[in-house]
Parts: sequence; C-alpha cells; structure tokens
Amino acid sequence: MSRRGRSTTGRLPVVLLLPALLGLAFLLVPLIGLLAKAPWSTLPSRLFSADVWQALRLSLLCASLATVVCLLLGIPLAWVLARASIPGRGLIRALVTVPLVLPPVVGGVALLLVLGRRGLIGERLDLWFGFSLPFTTAGVVVAEAFVAMPFLVISVEGALRAADPRYEEAAATLGASRWLTFRRVTLPSIAPGVVAGAVLCWARALGEFGATITFAGNLPGRTTTMPLAVYLALETDPDVAVVLSLVLLLVSVVVLASLRERWISGLR
Amino acid sequence: MTLYADVRVRRGAFDLSLDLTVEPGEVVALLGPNGAGKTTALRAIAGLLPLGAGRVALGNEVWDEPPRVFRTADRRPIGVVFQDYLLFDHLSALENVAFGLRARGVDKHAARAEALRWLDAVGLASYARSRPRALSGGQAQRVALVRALATSPGVLLLDEPLAALDASTTLHVRAELGQHLSRYEGRTLLVTHDPLDAMVLADRLVIVENGRVVQEGRPTDIARRPRTEYVAQLVGLNLYRGTASGTTVQLADGGSITLAEPASGPVHVAFPPTAISLYVEPLSGSPRNTWPAVVTGIEQHAHTVRVRLDATPTGPSTLLADITPAAVADLHLSPGQRLHATLKATEIHTYPS
Repeated sequence: MSRRGRSTTGRLPVVLLLPALLGLAFLLVPLIGLLAKAPWSTLPSRLFSADVWQALRLSLLCASLATVVCLLLGIPLAWVLARASIPGRGLIRALVTVPLVLPPVVGGVALLLVLGRRGLIGERLDLWFGFSLPFTTAGVVVAEAFVAMPFLVISVEGALRAADPRYEEAAATLGASRWLTFRRVTLPSIAPGVVAGAVLCWARALGEFGATITFAGNLPGRTTTMPLAVYLALETDPDVAVVLSLVLLLVSVVVLASLRERWISGLR
Repeated sequence: MTLYADVRVRRGAFDLSLDLTVEPGEVVALLGPNGAGKTTALRAIAGLLPLGAGRVALGNEVWDEPPRVFRTADRRPIGVVFQDYLLFDHLSALENVAFGLRARGVDKHAARAEALRWLDAVGLASYARSRPRALSGGQAQRVALVRALATSPGVLLLDEPLAALDASTTLHVRAELGQHLSRYEGRTLLVTHDPLDAMVLADRLVIVENGRVVQEGRPTDIARRPRTEYVAQLVGLNLYRGTASGTTVQLADGGSITLAEPASGPVHVAFPPTAISLYVEPLSGSPRNTWPAVVTGIEQHAHTVRVRLDATPTGPSTLLADITPAAVADLHLSPGQRLHATLKATEIHTYPS
C-alpha cells in the first residue's frame, strides 16, 4: 500500500506548484522580514522599557481575564448547545459564531451602542451603579471576551459532542445529579477541548484590536494593549513596534506549537 | 419488596411490551437475540429511558408511571453494569467505586474506605490506584460490578456483562460473577444474548423476541420444554452440573461424562443437541460417552427432530439430541424405545462453577 517515496501519480503540475510556493512565501516573508528588522542588540532594554512593559502586562491581564469570562459563560453555553434539547438550537449556534466573522470594529460599535454611557444597558449601569465600561480596563476585557468567546464555545461544544454521553448515564445510575455529573464526569472528559478552546480564546483576546480600540479607546496604562501599542508605536518609534510585534509573534508560535493539530480536531 | 416492571416503549416501528417481576435475592435473565428490546427494557427500569406506558415500581415505591410519575436514574436505588463497563477513565479504580457513595452523600474518607473493602472483596485491592485503562477486561468487569454494588442498591441491572470479554477470560469471570450474584441480596436483572450466561447465572429466564416475552421459567424447565422453535434453538443446550476429576465428570444427578481435556472441581458441562448421535445397536469397541438411553419425547422442528432421552444410570437423566428426519425414519423412533446415545467429546464445553 505504501508508496515508499516513489509517486504513482506522476509529477506535480507546475500550474499548481508555482502558486503554492508563492502562497507560502506570501505567508512567511513578512514574518521573516519582521525577524530581520528586529533591533536584536537593544531588544532586552526596549522590551523592558516602561511603555512596552506596561502594554504587555495590560495585555496579559486583559486577555487572561477575558478568557476567564469566556470559560465561565462559554462552557455552560457550549453544554446547552450540545446537550439540552431546546428549540432553535441551530439558530443559536449560528448566532454564537457571528463574532467569528463579524469585523471586530463592528463588534466594538455594537458594544458601544449597548454598553456605552448612553447605551441600552450602559445607561442603567451608569444610573444605578455609577459604573461605566467604555474606555476602561474592564471595557477591554469585555471587548476581548466578545470577540474571543466563539472560539471557546465551538471548541468545547465539539468536545462535548465527541464525548460519549453514556458516561453521564453511568454517573446518573450511581446517584449523581446532573450538576455533579457535569463537574466530575463531563468536564474532566472534555478537559483537552476546554484547554484547546481556552488557549485559542486567549490568543485571540491577546491580539484583539478593532473592538478594543472602538469600545475601550486607547488610553496608555488603562486600555492600550499590545496590538494598540504596536499601531501607535509605528508612527512614533518603529523599533518599539517591531519589538512588540515580535512578542506577539512569539506568543502565536507558542500557541500553535502547544495546540498543533488539536485545535483543528477540537473545532470539528 | 418485589421489583415490578411493566415496560411499554414504542420507538418507531419497534414496540416493546413486557412484564417482569424480580424477587429479592433472585437473578432473572432477560434472554433474547440482538434487537429484541432487552437493553431498552433495562434502560427503562434504570430510568435512562422514560416509559411510553406501563409501570416500574419497587414494592410500593413507584419509579415510573406515565404520565404522572417519573424518577430520574439518580434517584432510583439501582446499580448498573454496562456492557462496556463505562468506567470513568480519569478516575482510579478506587475513585470509580467510591463515586456512587460520594454522589449519595457519604463523606470522602468513609467512601474511599468502603470502596477499598469492595475492591478487596473481588481481589483488586492492589489495583486501587490503577486507571481503568490499565486493567484487563476481567478486572475492569469486576471494578464495574463493585462500583454498581458499592451503594447497596435494591436492584442490580447487568447489561451483557460478559460480552466484552475474550473467550478465555469469560469462563473464569462468569463463574466469579455467579458467586457474587448469589451473595447479593437485592434483585438482579441480567440482560444477555448468550444462553449459557443466562442458564448458568440466572434462577429464572425470561425470553424475549421482537419486544415480547415468549417464555419464562426456570432454566432447566425451559430447556426441557421449549415452547417455540426459537426458544428450542436458543436454550436447546445440554447443561449439567458435576464434579470433575481428570477427564471424568461425575454428574450431580447421576451418571458420568468423559471429557476431551482434563478438569477438576465443580463444573458445568455443556454441549449442543447436535453433538449426540443415536444408534439402534451398541457400537463396536467401547467409545467413551456411549450410554444406553430411553426415548422420552420427540419434537418436530423446522429442519431437525429433537429427541429427548433418559440415559440413566450411566449417562445424564435428560439428554437432548437433534437428528435429521431421515435418521428418525431409519431408527423407527418412538417414545419408550431403547437406543444407544453417543456424545462427541470434542463438542463438550466445561466451565468452572
């Protein structure tokens, strides 16, 4: 059965090979350019300069908090989509994935319209609690969570669908309530899917730009996350932009390496 | 308190309707071909599938009576051993056994101590920390059994408990399962498609075909008086208890059988009716397992004739033989006739009991 290196299907057609190589170059050359342009000698000092460090810390904090929010809300949502028999489930699933394809800026505008100081809910929050989300660090978390949550929901739902529901039945026959079954049986069995979803979700939150800048603005130390800082630095100090970009690139590579093929299977 | 189950479930074209009772200490086997509705009935009794109509109750405690009453599985005092055991892979054997106790509110230390006692009872105390994946089929089956028994359920439900095992371990595990079931004081319902499992393990058989009970009774009675062709084929098995010593088994009801391979201790001996040949004259020489026998009954089946014989005092007291209609004519078979029955030793199966 194995071909042992001798192809039985003839040579690769140039018509396909050439664009394939071009495509690969198109994806890789900019990244190589980034590495080539990096100010390696001054990199450590720039990396730990106050501005960069501040943006980095804020990014990590916000992305992590957004991931926690996504886990708390997204896992139950995924469970309902995978297990509960509710009408219009297909439609709900489609709606959940909207932020995946929605331009993030639109997401930011939508958040502003609802949670802004004059927004549907934001007005009440301001009126009753004197609490306002836009242009705050909490606002960054909200914007990131909004954009990143579908990644988690889809990954966890895929894991739930792949998990054998008979284990949940076995737990029920042992006297476990549905909540106990969920905690002690379902959740551990889908842990890889949850982890994969959380990592994807975190990476997406870390790179979030459009919704964040629209909803939370660009206030250094409060809402200026790494991607925003990159954009800002590009005009003032391109070297800093390169350093920040390298950090984000490194994070992407680490995420990719840690997930390898898992995220693909998790998304199914 | 008796377990009553009047199970009526309709699923598309399939219509299941059967009546069951299981007394305390009794082991009832639900026996039938795949797709007969056995597992559906078990799931309904466990509360994993709501009844369409009918009633499931333990004594006065109603578990399911549509449309008013339905107790979910977690609120029924049951233990279930599933066909492929469904042990929780992320928990150790000990945690698996302790799971039911913990779910029913026993505190952690007491639950673990109790679980360890159960594992010890099936000789698996040293595997307490093992993950289910690391256990052999027979070990996993025992863990599944004690996991189900650890909560001292009133009803034990076993779904094809031996089907996932390979042939070599089945013998041993079946004998052990029999011991545990005989010690268990609750009501046991065993679902199986294997007549031998049913006949060895159960006090009473309920035979299901196409969602209906076709016959029920003690295994020996059913084997002697199968009411339908299907039952005759299914449980048409010569099955005896006896004590083996070398290649000879002394049968509990008298007579003896010679085995092809030596065995020892208490055994079940089983062979199909087709393993018996009948002759008018004694065979020349002295082949083993040849007994003078008297014909006590003849039944015409579709392609064969089942002859019931009494081979005492040298052989079994009831012996079933399937022969062709042509052979019936050759032998001029009639009840009361004296014949010689020969059993092929290679078709005998022995099981420790």
